[in-house]
Amino acid sequence: MSRLLRGASLLGGGATDVLVDEGRIVALGTDARDARADVVDADGLVLLPGLVDLHTHLREPGREDAETVASGTRAAALGGFTAVHAMANTSPVADTAGVVEQVWRLGRDAGWVDVHPVGAVTVGLGGERLAELGAMASSAARVRVFSDDGKCVHDPVLMRRALEYVKAFDGVIAQHAQEPRLTENAQMHEGVVSAELGLAGWPAVAEEAIIARDVLLAEHVGSRLHVCHVSTAGSVEIIRWAKARGIAVTAEVTPHHLALSDELARGYDPVFKVNPPLRTAEDLEAVRAALADGTIDIVATDHAPHTREDKDCEWAAAAFGMTGLETALSVVQATMVDTGRLGWSDVARVLSSTPALIGRVADQGRPIAVGEPANLVLVDPTARTLVDPAAQATQATNSPFRGRELPGRVVATFLRGRPTVLDGRPCDETVEVHA
Amino acid sequence: MRHLLSAADLSRDEAVLILDTAAQMAATQSRQIKKLPTLRGRTVINLFFEDSTRTRISFETAAKRLSADVINFSAKGSSVSKGESLKDTALTLQAMGADAVVIRHQASGAPHTLATAGWTDCAVVNAGDGTHQHPTQALLDAYTARRHLVGAGGTQDVTGRDLAGLHVAIVGDVLHSRVARSNMQLLHTLGARVTLVAPPTLVPVGVQTWPCAVSYHLDEVLAQGPDAVMMLRVQRERMSSAGGGFFPSALEYTRGYGLDARRLAGLPDHAIVMHPGPMNRGLEISADAADSPRSVVVEQVANGVAVRMAVLYLLLSGTGPATSAGDEVADESGTPEKVGTGA
Ligand SMILES: [Zn+2]
Repeated sequence: MSRLLRGASLLGGGATDVLVDEGRIVALGTDARDARADVVDADGLVLLPGLVDLHTHLREPGREDAETVASGTRAAALGGFTAVHAMANTSPVADTAGVVEQVWRLGRDAGWVDVHPVGAVTVGLGGERLAELGAMASSAARVRVFSDDGKCVHDPVLMRRALEYVKAFDGVIAQHAQEPRLTENAQMHEGVVSAELGLAGWPAVAEEAIIARDVLLAEHVGSRLHVCHVSTAGSVEIIRWAKARGIAVTAEVTPHHLALSDELARGYDPVFKVNPPLRTAEDLEAVRAALADGTIDIVATDHAPHTREDKDCEWAAAAFGMTGLETALSVVQATMVDTGRLGWSDVARVLSSTPALIGRVADQGRPIAVGEPANLVLVDPTARTLVDPAAQATQATNSPFRGRELPGRVVATFLRGRPTVLDGRPCDETVEVHA
Repeated sequence: MRHLLSAADLSRDEAVLILDTAAQMAATQSRQIKKLPTLRGRTVINLFFEDSTRTRISFETAAKRLSADVINFSAKGSSVSKGESLKDTALTLQAMGADAVVIRHQASGAPHTLATAGWTDCAVVNAGDGTHQHPTQALLDAYTARRHLVGAGGTQDVTGRDLAGLHVAIVGDVLHSRVARSNMQLLHTLGARVTLVAPPTLVPVGVQTWPCAVSYHLDEVLAQGPDAVMMLRVQRERMSSAGGGFFPSALEYTRGYGLDARRLAGLPDHAIVMHPGPMNRGLEISADAADSPRSVVVEQVANGVAVRMAVLYLLLSGTGPATSAGDEVADESGTPEKVGTGA
């Protein structure tokens, strides 16, 4: 069945009709005519390629009480995503072909988005010996992104080997940059606020020192490096320097590090406890500027759902992490688009095409053009939404944007032409298993 | 005043009112009948997630001398690894009809969470949280300093007076000290000038915004002739690699930052020596200093009861004039009762 998106603002530009059939874009503009097509009124809506998240925690297997592949990917679709990369820190850890294939199949069965499992760099995230990276790469899940996220690959020799090894299958190491000795028992950004609150400090240098080392290692062995969740002004400077030198480094920033500062810790509400920690207003400005000028390549959610027990307690006992799939696009609009720092075509770049490129996902993040797969999202940039975690599709309620009004709303999401979201609601009844 | 969570929350007038009320409470404590009927029928719960017999007994004595019912609730060892126990405990206390909760917790911010998470509507008194705050310690220290250093050393009535013009040196492990944070803020609020003295490893990053001076050199600060020197407890574990390796040896720490006989002798005649206890004799304070006539350490403990009586009284009987405590005492004809034992 064909579908006509009528009057969509293509990447925020002029209104265009888009005809979708058999999972692909078959016609654009005046050519887009089909009397039998289902019509979606897209007047005033911005059409973007389906969003691609390079950093999602789906928690399955192991912590299905916090999130499942099904609940997390449904949340992703509602956030405008058509693909997510599921991080490896599950239980068991995604460090074998068996586990990554299990996650990949769960994603395929759920059908909300394409799930690309991330493989662990080291066995059990232990930081001691390489996991079977080749087996994961050649598995049905075709893993290309490897990360011990949640933990840092801190041994420099092991990091070097990993960077070298994945060149054989064009993989990339996504580093969670956190020097472990400098952050033992750390609770929040080390600075004025931590000093006053008496919470153990997490210095910016713990992130920056690892990034500096890793870009030099990547240069030395000629490998690709991806830096997860860049959070400090110093990290931005190092990455800018590395790119100017021609080092193959890419970097991501999370929506929460674009929007929120360490001042929020003052109420000791663990919903603001996250790894890496919320930083200062100066750091916020630095990561926004870096995303605008391309030093930071992409936005990735680091969606980290937790159970209520893990957040409804004193700060030190609480888990690190925040949900983000359903608020990411709105936060990017609020911090980057509405402030004039990015246009919608830039949003398509930082939330779709570049993350797909880094993850080597061939059929996502494609241009909106005839013949391309119809992974698409329609956004109403004039809508405003009050964030209510209880009303979100994610199983978890740990949204740091709870109670805030954010701009923009995902109206419809299409995965290879099939709607996963219509009128802002998930299309549960229409989900079918595809081959 | 709904809760007492942080010394930073107190205005100058609120702090002075607590000190004045404490003075009235202290006056009643020299009578034969120490017990006041003020909080009869009210329930105060001592909720201690961390061992501190001294602080618990001080609060318990204070509450009992105001005729409150006291329940000691020791939840040690049950929390941090599994978070919900604070919530469950709070709900239990709420169900028991407590009017005030005195909480000691190893996690910074736990009293704040208890007061604001909606689990209970009790008044919450912070009896020390992690490395954050210990406001009643700061109040009893301010009370002690005022008694000795304001109004010609206790010869004049100091009611209504603050600590304007005094210079206080706080010496030792500032980084890990809730006592240092609370005292620095309260002393500043009361008009005193504060100098923190510590090796650089034990000064928090971010200290530059605090309303105080910072020095790495104890002898230089003592040469300025401070009115009070407050020595902080230094845990010996801090020097081991596992404990963070903050200083190389106990000997080197003592040489640089210990209050010994030589440094004691150089203090101005009127200066007092304070320590929140328990002391590490021979590390941050020598026996000469601890036991010298300048030392007010034992008096600090006694003043702790009066200050905690004042805090509980002001929290639980509204913000009425403090003099009513004295008035009630004048009318009191109740029977004396032993205090200080567990309920
Ligand atoms: Zn991470």
